[in-house]
Amino acid sequence: MSKLMSRLGGLIVMVSANAFAEYGFNMTKGVSSVARDIYGLHMMVFWICVAIALIVFSVMIYSLIVHRKSQGVVAANFHESTKAELLWTGIPIIILVLMAIPASSVLIDLEDTSKAQMTIKITGHQWKWQYDYPKEGISFISNLKQGSKDVIYSGNRHKNYLLEVDNNLVLPVDTPIRFLITSNDVIHSWWVPDFGVKQDANPGFINDAWVQIDEIGIYRGQCTELCGKDHGFMPIVVDVVSKADYAKWVSKQQAAKAVTLAKSSKTWGEEELISLGQKVYNTSCASCHGITGKGIPGVFPALKGSPIATGDIKKHISIVLHGKTGTAMAGYKNMLGDSDIAAVITFERTAFGNQMGDLIQPAQIKAAR
Amino acid sequence: MTTVTDHTDDGHHGPEKGLMRWIKTTNHKDIGSLYLWFAFVMLLIGGAMAMVIRMELFQPGMQLSEPQFFNQMTTMHGLIMVFGAVMPAFVGLGNWLIPMMIGAPDMALPRMNNWSFWILPFAGGILLSTFFMEGGAPAFGWTFYAPLSTTFAPDSTDFFIFAVHLLGFSSIMGAINIIATVLNMRAPEMKLMDMPLFVWTWLITSFLLIGAMPVLAGAVTMMLTDRNFGTAFFDATGGGDPVLFQHIFWFFGHPEVYIMILPAFGVVSHIIPTFARKPLFGYSSMVYASASIAFLSYIVWGHHMFSTGMPVAGELYFMYATMLIAVPTGVKVFNWVSTMWRGSMTFETPMLWAISFVFLFTIGGFSGLMLGIVPADIQYQDTYFVVAHFHYVLVTGALWAIIAATFYWLPKWTGKMYNETLAKVHFWWAVISVNVLFFPQHFLGLAGMPRRIPDYSLQFADFNMISSIGGFAFGASFILFTYILIDCIRNGKPADARPWEGAKGLEWTLEPKAQYHSFNIPPTKVLIEQESQNS
Ligand code: HEC
Ligand code: HEM
Ligand SMILES: [Cu+2]
Ligand SMILES: [Cu+2]
Repeated sequence: MSKLMSRLGGLIVMVSANAFAEYGFNMTKGVSSVARDIYGLHMMVFWICVAIALIVFSVMIYSLIVHRKSQGVVAANFHESTKAELLWTGIPIIILVLMAIPASSVLIDLEDTSKAQMTIKITGHQWKWQYDYPKEGISFISNLKQGSKDVIYSGNRHKNYLLEVDNNLVLPVDTPIRFLITSNDVIHSWWVPDFGVKQDANPGFINDAWVQIDEIGIYRGQCTELCGKDHGFMPIVVDVVSKADYAKWVSKQQAAKAVTLAKSSKTWGEEELISLGQKVYNTSCASCHGITGKGIPGVFPALKGSPIATGDIKKHISIVLHGKTGTAMAGYKNMLGDSDIAAVITFERTAFGNQMGDLIQPAQIKAAR
Repeated sequence: MTTVTDHTDDGHHGPEKGLMRWIKTTNHKDIGSLYLWFAFVMLLIGGAMAMVIRMELFQPGMQLSEPQFFNQMTTMHGLIMVFGAVMPAFVGLGNWLIPMMIGAPDMALPRMNNWSFWILPFAGGILLSTFFMEGGAPAFGWTFYAPLSTTFAPDSTDFFIFAVHLLGFSSIMGAINIIATVLNMRAPEMKLMDMPLFVWTWLITSFLLIGAMPVLAGAVTMMLTDRNFGTAFFDATGGGDPVLFQHIFWFFGHPEVYIMILPAFGVVSHIIPTFARKPLFGYSSMVYASASIAFLSYIVWGHHMFSTGMPVAGELYFMYATMLIAVPTGVKVFNWVSTMWRGSMTFETPMLWAISFVFLFTIGGFSGLMLGIVPADIQYQDTYFVVAHFHYVLVTGALWAIIAATFYWLPKWTGKMYNETLAKVHFWWAVISVNVLFFPQHFLGLAGMPRRIPDYSLQFADFNMISSIGGFAFGASFILFTYILIDCIRNGKPADARPWEGAKGLEWTLEPKAQYHSFNIPPTKVLIEQESQNS
C-alpha cells in the first residue's frame, strides 16, 4: 500500500517539467546514423501532422463557438463546392509526396547491408537470444538476469528491472555490423531502439539488418513480436566497447571456451552435477517445465514423474539433445555444452521426487551427439 | 405463382410472444435488437478483460495474473471486441436502419437473417469455452501468427478455428443480405444517389466483407490442416513459410479495419447535418471517398509487415499506397467540418459523440499516417504507439459512432427519450477518461514499451499508471451507459416521430416507435426527395 502511495506521489511530481525529462516520452535520437535519420523523419511527420491538426481543429472550434443556434445563427444552405473539393484533395497529395521523398531515401539506406565489416548471427528461442560470432567462433545464450526473475512476483524492483541479461552482446564501436537474424521456434523480433534496428526473427528464414554504432555505452531493447508465455521477459542488452576492448573481450571468450571444453572431459561427482544442473535447469528449462517441474497442463508437460525423466536414459538424453520436432521442445545440442546437458539431465532425474539416482557424465553426452 | 397473397394487413399483427419471438423472428427490427444486445454483452465481457489487463499493468511486477493468462486476456479481449462487439453492433444498426432508410418493408432474405444472427451466440460461446479447456484460451494475439498458433498452440486452438469459421459464415450471410436488400428492396423511386450515407457505407462494407472474410476462412483452414493433417503451409521445416500466414491474415485484416470504420463514417454523416441544420457537404464526394477507401484497403496490407524482412521495393510500394489512403480520409473530415461551418448548431448528446469522433478519429488518423512511413514504423511497430493508434480509431472511432448512433436512433427504436442530462454527464465522463486511458500510450510506445507484455521496466511505470486510472474510469462509464439505456426503455418520456429538429431521412417519417412492419407501401418520389441527404 505504501508503495502504491509513493507511486501516486510520483505521479504528481511528474507533472513538473524537469521530472518529465527522466521518463522518456519521445522516440530516442539513438546512436547510429539510421536511428538519427528515423528520428528526423518521425519529428518531421509529427510536426506536419500538428500543423494540419491545428488548422483543421481551429476551423472546427471556431465554428463550434460561433455557428450555434443559441447565438441566433440561421443555417446557410451551401452543400457543394468543386473548387474546395479539388483543393483539399490536391494539397494533401502534395504534402504526402513531400513526405515520401525523404522517407524513401532513408528506407533505401537502412536496407542496404552491403557496407558491413563484421557479422553477428542472432537466433531467437523461446525466451532467450542466442548470439553467434561466426568468424571469432564465439557463441552464447543471453537470458533474462536472475536478479530480475527473482523480483517479478514480489520484492524491490531495481533500475533496469527486466532490461538486464546474464550475457551481454558485446560489439565494437564505429564498425559497420551486419546482423543475420533467425529463429529456432516461433517468430521473435530483435529490437534495440537506440540502433534503429527492429527485425523479425522468422523460423527457417534469415533476415538481415545493419548498424554502425557511434558511441560507447550500454543499450537495451526487447523482443517485439509476441512469442508465447515469456515474450515480455526476453530483453536484449548490448555492450558497445572500443575496438581495443572488443579485441580483448574476444580473446578472453576464446580462452574461456577452452576451459569449458577441458572440464567436460573429466568425471563429475554427484553434488557438482546436481548443483550445476539446478542452475542450468532454472535458466534454460524452468520457463516451460516450471521451477517445481510441474509444467503447464496442456501446454508444457510436467517433468515430475514424467515417463521420460523417470524412464530410459537414452530417450532422456535424446530429447534434450535433439528436441522434438513439431513441439516447443527445442534441441539443446547447439545451445548447451556437454557438462551443462549432463548436469541438467542428472538434476531432472533426481529432483521433483523423481529419485532415479543415476549420474550422467559429460562424456556420455559427447558420445550421444 | 398464381395466387396473389395479400400483404396489406401485415401491419396489424404484432410479434409472437415470449422467448419464441426472438428465436424464430425474421423481422429486421427484432434481429437488429438481438445483434445490438449481443454486441453490448460482448462489449462488457471484452471490457472486463481489458480491466484485468489494465490492473496487471497498473504497476511493474506481476500482481494478479500469470504471463500465460495475461496473453489469453489480450488475445480474447481483441478477438471479442473486434468480432463480438464492433462488427455485430454495426450489423445490428444496419438491420434496424437500412430497410427503414430505403423505404423497404424488411431485409431481402429474412430467414437467412435469423440464421446469421443465431450463429453468433454459438460462435461466441465456443470461443469463450476455451477458457475452461486444458491449455486454456488462445494466447497468441488476435492476429494469431503462425507458428505460435499452429505448432506451438494447445489443442483448444481447434475450437478457436471453428469459432472463427462460424463468425465468418455469419458475417458473409449478413453482407449478402445487405447487398440484396439495398439493390432489390429499395423503394422503386429511390435512385442510388438518393441513398442515405449510412446505406452507402454499409453497401460498400458488405463488398469488403464478401471479399475479406473468405480469406480469413482460408487462413484458419490452412492452420487447421497444418495442425492436424500434416500440411506445412506455414511450417518452414516442411517447406512452408510463416510469413505467408501474415500476408494472408492482413489481406483480410486491413479491409477488416475499414469494415469497422466505414459504417461509422456513415453514422457521423447523418448526425452532423442534423444538428448543424444544414445539408451534408459534398454528398457525392463522400460516396466516392468511401469507395476509394474500400478499394485502397485491399492493396495496403503489407504496412502491417514492415519488420518481417520484405524486399525494399515491396516496402516502398506499401508505403506509397498507405499514404494514399490519407487523401480520401482527409476529404471526409474536411466535408464534416464544412457541414458544420455556418450551420446552426445545437449540442444534443448524439452531436457531442459525433463531434468528438471527428476530433479523436482524426488523431488516430494522424498516428496512422506516421505508422505508414516505413523507416519510422521500424521504431513504432509492435509498441504501445500502435496500441494507442488502433484504440483511437477503434474506440473513439468505431465504438464512438456506435454510441452516437444509439443515442440518435434510440427514440425511433423505443418511441421514448433518454435522459439528456445523464447522457451528457456520461459523454463528458467517457471522453475525458478515454483520453487519459489512451493518450499516454503514445508516449509509452515512443519511449520503447513493446505491446503484449504483462510486465515492464520501471521507466514505464508512471504513464502506465495514468493509463490504467483512465481505463478504470472509462470502464466505469459503461455502468452509467447501461443505466441510461434501461432507464430510457423503462421510464423514458414519449418521443416525437422526428425528435431532432434538423433530422432528414425516411425513418423519421414513421411512427415515433417505428411500427413492427414499416413501408409496406413504398414511399413516394416526393417524400424520398424531401428526405434525401443529396439535396
Ligand atoms: C519452450 C518451452 C520448453 C523449454 C524451454 C524446455 N522444454 Fe522440455 N519440453 C517442452 C515440451 C512442449 C515438451 C513436450 C514435447 C512432446 O510433445 O513430447 C517437452 C518435453 C521434455 C521432456 C520429455 C518429457 C516427457 O516425459 O515427455 C524432457 C525430458 C524435457 N522436455 C527436458 C527439457 C530440458 C532438460 C530443458 C532445458 C534444457 C527443457 N526441456 C526446456 C517444452 C520446453
Ligand atoms: C474499455 C476500454 C478498453 C481498454 C481499457 C483496452 C485496453 C487494451 C489493452 C491494455 C490491450 C493490450 C495491448 C497489448 O498488450 O498489446 C488491448 C488490446 C486490444 N484492444 Fe483494447 N481496450 C479497450 C477497448 C477496446 C475496443 C472497444 C476494441 C475494439 C473495437 C479494442 C480492440 C483491441 C484490439 C484489437 C487489441 C489487440 C489485441 C492483441 O494484441 O491481440 N479494445 N486493449
Ligand atoms: Cu517475443
Ligand atoms: Cu492496415
